[in-house]
Amino acid sequence: MRQTFINTLMKRAKEDKRIFVITPDLGFSVLEKFKEECPNQFLNVGIAEQNAVGVAAGLALSGKIVYVYSIIPFVTMRCFEQVRVDTAYINTNVRLVGVGAGLSYGPQWATHHSIEDIAIMRSLPNMTVCCPGDPVEVKNIVEESFKHQGPMYIRLARNGEPVIHSEDRKIAIGQAVKVTEGKDLVILTTSNTLELAVKWVELLRQQGRHCMLISFPTVKPLDLEMLNSVIDLNIPIFTLEEHSVIGGLGSAVSEIIAESGKGVKFKRIALPDKYSHYVGSQQFIREKLGMTFENYFRI
Amino acid sequence: MSNETIVNIKKSILHMTHYSKSSHVGTSLSIVDILYVLYYRIMNIDPANPKMPNRDKFILSKGHGSAALYATLAERGFFNKELLDRYYIDYGVLPGHLDMEAVQGIELSTGSLGHGLSVGVGMAIANKLDNNDGKVYVVLGDGECNEGSVWEAVMLAATLRLQNITVIIDYNKLQGFGRTNEIINQENMAERWKAFGWDVIEIDGHNLQQLEKAFNSKAERPKAIIAHTIKGNGISFMADQLDWHYRSPNEDQLVAAIKELEGKL
Repeated sequence: MRQTFINTLMKRAKEDKRIFVITPDLGFSVLEKFKEECPNQFLNVGIAEQNAVGVAAGLALSGKIVYVYSIIPFVTMRCFEQVRVDTAYINTNVRLVGVGAGLSYGPQWATHHSIEDIAIMRSLPNMTVCCPGDPVEVKNIVEESFKHQGPMYIRLARNGEPVIHSEDRKIAIGQAVKVTEGKDLVILTTSNTLELAVKWVELLRQQGRHCMLISFPTVKPLDLEMLNSVIDLNIPIFTLEEHSVIGGLGSAVSEIIAESGKGVKFKRIALPDKYSHYVGSQQFIREKLGMTFENYFRI
Repeated sequence: MSNETIVNIKKSILHMTHYSKSSHVGTSLSIVDILYVLYYRIMNIDPANPKMPNRDKFILSKGHGSAALYATLAERGFFNKELLDRYYIDYGVLPGHLDMEAVQGIELSTGSLGHGLSVGVGMAIANKLDNNDGKVYVVLGDGECNEGSVWEAVMLAATLRLQNITVIIDYNKLQGFGRTNEIINQENMAERWKAFGWDVIEIDGHNLQQLEKAFNSKAERPKAIIAHTIKGNGISFMADQLDWHYRSPNEDQLVAAIKELEGKL
């Protein structure tokens, strides 16, 4: 995902000099090529995230389209009030690009995990929240970000996520994407659990259950047309995300379901409301925190 | 030393804080001379064309001094002075902290301390990239310099040797709970900025000649003007009094203050 992000951005930046990348000294092995090829559109501001976001806002107010790149907690929470005032409130073209969705940084531990970011960022007026789930979604969201007006938060995983959608698939901001059809139940997912959802859909198929799978590369604004059409199917709805059960896609979907007045069966699959103290890989911590197929779809 | 424009700006501030019963009259009076020199003698601006691409930009990072900036902008012709009667009240136009969407001439919404310099540094970088000769001026409060984010921006501006940005520190030596240097000791304010790689000029922030000379002086690096000021300057019963960070003048105080100002003309 990181490579897709930077490659898509670099391609455009060579033609569009408004594009500018700021890093608070993170992005080793990812940002070097951009710095080399677009030296006048890149700045390492040092390990100072509050200033990074403020400087980004100043550049954006001067006509630039600015990407601030860091690990998720540092580009969202460390500088949250700068994000609130200098990007959301004054509505600047700043893109906060965070890597390490959910438990991606596994054994690096809780300081580097991001389980609250979607909740926090989607509560900000003007903020668009994009959580692409595969390289195709990343490419589309980044391309859309060149023309989008207003601040965006782009939540990336790390590297190596498989391609799920066809390479030429076009996806707009705010648009959900159906991955599989199915009549028995539906899984709605976002960000780095798209790959996991695809696996679970296959396991369900082996059980004889046909699961519809829909990916939400944008959590805010939510694709209400797609969501309402799913609610109307009156089959069980599951949300799946590597984020706290509080405030993420599951919460956003539940708000719509609750107000729809339709008694559809609904379950949030997400991380529990606690910090991980398990040392191990992303997969290991997922299992320890109960995000397993068996936990939810035992026959 | 005062002139009619400065007196008018101060009268507007007193009027606004009086009818709206709002605080921060002292902090506003502290920076009027700085704003006057910038808006009348230094900055390349055009009230008829407030978005002029090569304009100089001003950021009031201590956004609670909003009344001073609104009054200065109105006096300078950026918007109708009648709008000064709609400050901080129901159906108002001008909020207590600065909103860049409220009226023309406000370059940045501020109100939370420690944001303005970073944004100003971003604007200065953009001007350099675009070969735009517009300059950026940022007023910080001395209390505001308690914020760590200020020093993040100070370090970056020095590293980039941004010659197109000037900071003016409104060094009135009072902040929320008392004497600035008793809360966080910054007696060595000038040395601090020098040590961080800025060109520093220390002046009387109410002396128009000193202000003008400081703004016009050549600098090799980003410039910090340490402006020694008096909170509530110009009104004897408000001067250097913490109370006037919070209180608003009642009818009698308003009359007395205006009489004092007019007596100085």
